[in-house]
Amino acid sequence: MAAETASFPGAAGLRRRKRTERVIARLLFVFSAVSILTTLGIVAVLLLESARFFADVSPFEFLTGTEWTPLFRPARFGVLPLLMGSVLIAGGAAIVALPLGLAAAIYLSEYAGDRTRAWLKPTLELLAGVPTVVYGYFALSFVTPIIRSILPGTSIFNAASASIVMGIMIIPMVSSLSEDAMRAVPQVLREGAYALGATKFEVAARTIVPAALSGILASFVLAVSRAIGETMIVTIAAGSTPALTLNPFTSVQTMTAYIAQTSFGEAPQGSVEYNTIFAVGLALFALTLAMNVISGMILRRYREAYE
Amino acid sequence: MTGQPSGVQRRPTGRPTDAVSDVPKDFQPRLRARARAGTVFAGLCFAATLVGVLALAALLADIITDGWHRLTPGFLSGYPSRFADRAGILPALVGSGWVLALTALVAFPLGVGTAIWLEEYAPDNRFTRAVETNIANLAGVPSIVYGILGLALFVRAFALGRSVLAAALTLALLILPVIIIASQEAIKAVPDSIRLGAYALGATRWEAICHSVLPLALPGILTGTILALSRAIGEAAPVILVGALGFLAFVPKGPLDGFTVIPFQIFSWVSRPQVEFQELAAAASIVLLVMLLLMNGTAIWLRNRYSRKY
Amino acid sequence: MKSTHVTHRSLPVLAAMFAIAGCGGSSGSGDAALSGSIEIDGSSTVYLISEAVAEEFSLVHRDVRANVAFSGTGGGFKRFCAGETDISDASRPITDSERTLCAQNGIDFIELKVALDGVAVTVHPQNDFVQCMRVDELKRIWEPGSTIRRWSEVRPEWPAESIKLYGAGTNSGTFDYFTEAVMGESRASRPDYTASEDDNVLVQGVEGDRYALGYFGFAYYQENANRLKVVAVDAGGGCIEPTVETIESGTYAPLSRPLFIYVRTMSLARPEARAFMDFYLEHAGELARQVGYVPLGADEYQAGMSLVQRSASGS
Repeated sequence: MAAETASFPGAAGLRRRKRTERVIARLLFVFSAVSILTTLGIVAVLLLESARFFADVSPFEFLTGTEWTPLFRPARFGVLPLLMGSVLIAGGAAIVALPLGLAAAIYLSEYAGDRTRAWLKPTLELLAGVPTVVYGYFALSFVTPIIRSILPGTSIFNAASASIVMGIMIIPMVSSLSEDAMRAVPQVLREGAYALGATKFEVAARTIVPAALSGILASFVLAVSRAIGETMIVTIAAGSTPALTLNPFTSVQTMTAYIAQTSFGEAPQGSVEYNTIFAVGLALFALTLAMNVISGMILRRYREAYE
Repeated sequence: MTGQPSGVQRRPTGRPTDAVSDVPKDFQPRLRARARAGTVFAGLCFAATLVGVLALAALLADIITDGWHRLTPGFLSGYPSRFADRAGILPALVGSGWVLALTALVAFPLGVGTAIWLEEYAPDNRFTRAVETNIANLAGVPSIVYGILGLALFVRAFALGRSVLAAALTLALLILPVIIIASQEAIKAVPDSIRLGAYALGATRWEAICHSVLPLALPGILTGTILALSRAIGEAAPVILVGALGFLAFVPKGPLDGFTVIPFQIFSWVSRPQVEFQELAAAASIVLLVMLLLMNGTAIWLRNRYSRKY
Repeated sequence: MKSTHVTHRSLPVLAAMFAIAGCGGSSGSGDAALSGSIEIDGSSTVYLISEAVAEEFSLVHRDVRANVAFSGTGGGFKRFCAGETDISDASRPITDSERTLCAQNGIDFIELKVALDGVAVTVHPQNDFVQCMRVDELKRIWEPGSTIRRWSEVRPEWPAESIKLYGAGTNSGTFDYFTEAVMGESRASRPDYTASEDDNVLVQGVEGDRYALGYFGFAYYQENANRLKVVAVDAGGGCIEPTVETIESGTYAPLSRPLFIYVRTMSLARPEARAFMDFYLEHAGELARQVGYVPLGADEYQAGMSLVQRSASGS
């Protein structure tokens, strides 16, 4: 209005700057659209390509079948063995990571001095920074021989080795997020508990942890979701035999390993293998998305409101 | 009930209680037992923390002892070979360099731009919150799903083939949420007074951001970006899907060239049963870890040197 | 000073001369300026030879990129007939349906034998009870619907331990070949075994499992002979172990076979591909032996080179 027609010094410059402003605002909006497009892209690709798969194989068979032999005759397309492999390994990883991570979080939050925390916390974070392919190597070259020396019947590719290493990898996820949740608990609660005569242990275990429970649980769910979505450790160390089993000492195949191992030589478009990649990918995406959403819900719903 | 401050509930225990304090008469403080339990617990928690540290030490020791003797100048400048003694990671190093550069080129502007829009321009409505939720969910999508997206979109639909560019674009999408979230935090940390001061001096919104907010947020943004990029060069799964090559006698010369990256080379070598190739995988792992150490170290140095308290 | 001045000026001229010489040459030997890329995919068995050839070739011709992958014989043919590769490695002959597919897409090709191979049946090195197996025993273990789980179900004197099976994946020519040779029908196999197109994975598996039984290309056994134990196969004429001699003479039956490469005729028009093919046939014998396969006779390689020559000149 006034800016367009005014003639004070700098008026033309102002118009130009406002034009630039509008252009930049639009440009930034377009940049932001990329994130939305990414999600849409993932969903579209998975759905459209899986549709081809599901034209040949019924979703019911896919979701409930107990054999996964897409390339044999007779071909069976039940995803349950792959799902079981993922769950078995993620479960094993959780058994390792959840107690250790929570205990580490309690130590860092309630017991450790500032100096200890200064080196201990980054060291644990380093675990999260190691590339997963290196973890896979570690599982195959270090952990598997140890397991086989304890239990000689174990296959060279087995779920236990992958579980343990994956558990180690996700400890920092649990410990960092839980520790953040615990540090967010206001000091007054601690002081109140001490005032009532509680020991440090009781303060930690019976006051802080329950107060931070939503954050801790959310971290658990996120960590397990990460374990389910992990590819390289299982591809290298867990094997390529789909099996509906709870035995961690044999070779299993997870959803992620199937996708990776099938794609290792390029799968020609339109082939059965190509289509199964998308169907399994869709299942994987749905599962991890559900877990992430649940984790967010836990965080919001049960967060204790302080002051 | 006598002697009760308002609002305090006390479960009736059924035991005889002291008249004044309502504490059960047979209450035993058991201080020593509880203190002992506390020490045991503290010890367990410390031990748990130590397990993580020891696991890291074991991993590093394993890799270094297995691979150290294969780390020769020939290894760093050689090509993959069927003879373990001749094999090297030059194509993988160069490929990783290419991928890193292209990924940064794509992801940095997109990520920072999105963060700026979300923090400075976007109205606080349901749409914006949905976008932020969407980004948080994208951060949790498994990397192999990004690989599937990259395969269908960049390799096939955009017809880029199994090229450096396809891999870089895929990895850029993968780390975009991380950059966005980190940049948002950095921008949020800049106090409003800075912006208001700029407006008071007549700046437009973009000028305020560009000249006042961004310089202050830049260390945090760069730290987040470097950490995100260090994740990108360690990824093998999306790269497998997009089609890295197992045997390469050349280094990529352009963005549409075939390629391999260090994590993929490690994976190739791990899959071979001969001990020599396992050692090569360990040696390549050392190289990768050193690269990551340098990147993370830079990020931490940046954060410590330039971040300010307001 | 003077000498460097001369060198600087003459360099571009010398370079141009080399370039012209390189562009004009068609025989492929001694040219320093060949460039381009060659795509090879297919059998993981033949991969070992193609990889060796590609590596040696690249030492001579630095600017030619020979990319070798191993999607399996079947996967390789799918890509070959879609026009995505120049050469398809195959551990079994091309099938009629694959031939039709190629014809439909206008892909003309020539078939070249490059070596002989055997499928080795292996067990863990500390397996002390298996020396020799009959073909019908192998069939009973591997056929579709087989319910054999333990060694003792094959021969009662063998231990009652479960057999851990490792074998070629379904995209692999070795799979097609083994099933055809042992079961009598291609692709007929029980599905519950550790399958992989990557023979290295199978070697790792058998090497690691006390009661494992696996089959894969002879070259992979040879490469890892100190870590595996090979099983002699009795097809009715006695127990024969796979060796270079028994494979060459064909006495290691029924698991000896020829290895092929299929080359797209159109690709031979490119000088770098032509040079590569000549190099391949020239060195396939020695490289095959190096890698663990059985070379063909010199006259067979010569015949191959003549075939390449005839196809390249547009006949």
